[in-house]
Amino acid sequence: MNPSAAKRILTYLLLALAAAAFLLPLLWMVSVSLKPTREVFRPDPLPAHPTLDAYRAVIGVSVGQDTATTGDRAVERGAFNYVLYARNTLIITVLSLIGMLLSSSIAAYGFARLNFPGRNLMFAICLATMMIPFPVIMVPTYMIFKYLGWIGTFRPLWAPAWFGSAFNIFLLRQFFLGLPRELEESAMLDGCSRWGCFWRIMLPLSKPALAVVALFHCLAVWNDLIGPLIYLSHQDQFTLALGLQFLQSRSGDTPWNQLLAASTLIVLPVVILFLFAQRTFIRGIATTGLKG
Amino acid sequence: MRPARHSLFTGLLWTAPWWLGFLLLLAGPMVISLYISFCDYPLLQPPVFVGLANYQQLVHDAVFHKAVWNTVIYASTAIPVGTVLAVLLAILLNQRVRGQAFFRACIFVPTIVPLVAAGVVWMWMMNPEYGLLSTSLRTVGVAQPPLWLESPRWAMVSLVLVSLWFIGSPVVIYLAGLQEIPEELYEAAKLDGASASRQLWHVTLPGISPVILFNVIMGIITSWQVFALPYMMWRTRPGPDRVTYFYTMYLFDNAFNYLKMGYASALAWVQFLIILALTGLVFLLSRRTVHYRGL
Repeated sequence: MNPSAAKRILTYLLLALAAAAFLLPLLWMVSVSLKPTREVFRPDPLPAHPTLDAYRAVIGVSVGQDTATTGDRAVERGAFNYVLYARNTLIITVLSLIGMLLSSSIAAYGFARLNFPGRNLMFAICLATMMIPFPVIMVPTYMIFKYLGWIGTFRPLWAPAWFGSAFNIFLLRQFFLGLPRELEESAMLDGCSRWGCFWRIMLPLSKPALAVVALFHCLAVWNDLIGPLIYLSHQDQFTLALGLQFLQSRSGDTPWNQLLAASTLIVLPVVILFLFAQRTFIRGIATTGLKG
Repeated sequence: MRPARHSLFTGLLWTAPWWLGFLLLLAGPMVISLYISFCDYPLLQPPVFVGLANYQQLVHDAVFHKAVWNTVIYASTAIPVGTVLAVLLAILLNQRVRGQAFFRACIFVPTIVPLVAAGVVWMWMMNPEYGLLSTSLRTVGVAQPPLWLESPRWAMVSLVLVSLWFIGSPVVIYLAGLQEIPEELYEAAKLDGASASRQLWHVTLPGISPVILFNVIMGIITSWQVFALPYMMWRTRPGPDRVTYFYTMYLFDNAFNYLKMGYASALAWVQFLIILALTGLVFLLSRRTVHYRGL
């Protein structure tokens, strides 16, 4: 065998090994979630009698009766309610996403296209704020929302997004700077206002950058544990992340197939999103790393 | 054509979302937090100024020392191991092979898995009795596989292992960095008779050194704030000898379980200063080793 063929085979072998190592936990998760409770502790890689009972138990629509065939009991009423938690998470995602996109792009346009005194200093401060860790502002932010009477509502989780985020402002500003000024200049000669330039010319051209911002914002909301943990108190307000943490903290009471079914239901939408928007994901991460 | 100057008013109007948020949700809270860190503030009563008492208490707080130590151990294992693995994976994924896109997607998918779900999945993977790791180790002849999360010796190793599962984002960033290295450099190295390992050392690594610096700094910032994963994986049990009790967890407990808002704020400021100092140190150390092309 010549050395280059050996190198190719080794490359494929390593790639296959790495791919398997990274995917296996997820495949294992799906497999166990499809097992009936009495099969959970068997080492078989695939369920012998695949069933959706674990999903039925956590999805919350038909908080079920005992199923005689598998011995599965539904999660105790209200312990995990996927439909309700997904609805809560979606409400927070949508309300914060609208604010995040609007505010970040407006501020980014200001930094990219307007030449006003103090702009560079302000932008430098904006960049520097990315370094500030969340715990430093955690306590006062809690006090502010407590003062406003917002504890136990969704508001602390979406309202801050309406002020944009330093990182997204930076990302959009870089994108705006890459667009030719001539488009706006000719539009303004035709009597288009600043706002018109921004709304009708820049934003439509910025869809790829806005998609990156939107995608990562949705992921962050979907992923957030510490925010809901601090601000939400009633179980019917839980987000998916907090709900799963709660379900798991009753560990011992909740069978593993149900925990993993709940996990699968939380991972699934994100994986589907990834399959549709793979390029946006990769581009987003690559640009943040190289320009950041 | 020079762009027209705009008035400060117009500029402030457009950038209002940012500076309003900066004042109300960042600068304001930071000032408050700094003040509270000098106070005794049990949340239900008004804060009482106590000077440096909170900071002095840190010096004698054994749990604080433990949390700092754990975080140092975690950061100084997860960052170097993660960096080496990410660079190697990026080089591997940069090879021109069939199915390249598929392999890249496999490495990347775990990074989008929400941390809480990852916590559940890995608790199951690392179950000492039935988890995939222990059962596979037994089949290859390891009679006594580690107890993973339950063992004081292996708990930290387990968390570092799980952190490596999320290596996809740095890998993607390294990949982009690798693709920016001009092909001519490799050609020149080959003409000079450089072996593959010398090319790696003298062309590839210097080429991606700015990216390594970026990822190491991101690693410092995130690992000093590690919270969701250990909170998921050990919260319900005390955790073996508290080896996985981290800085942000102690901070969170002080704020929202013991309601010691003043002490929690002092902890937060110390954490901020540690992160700043470490980042500054890494920048200083990197001056000689990081190569910026065309700058």
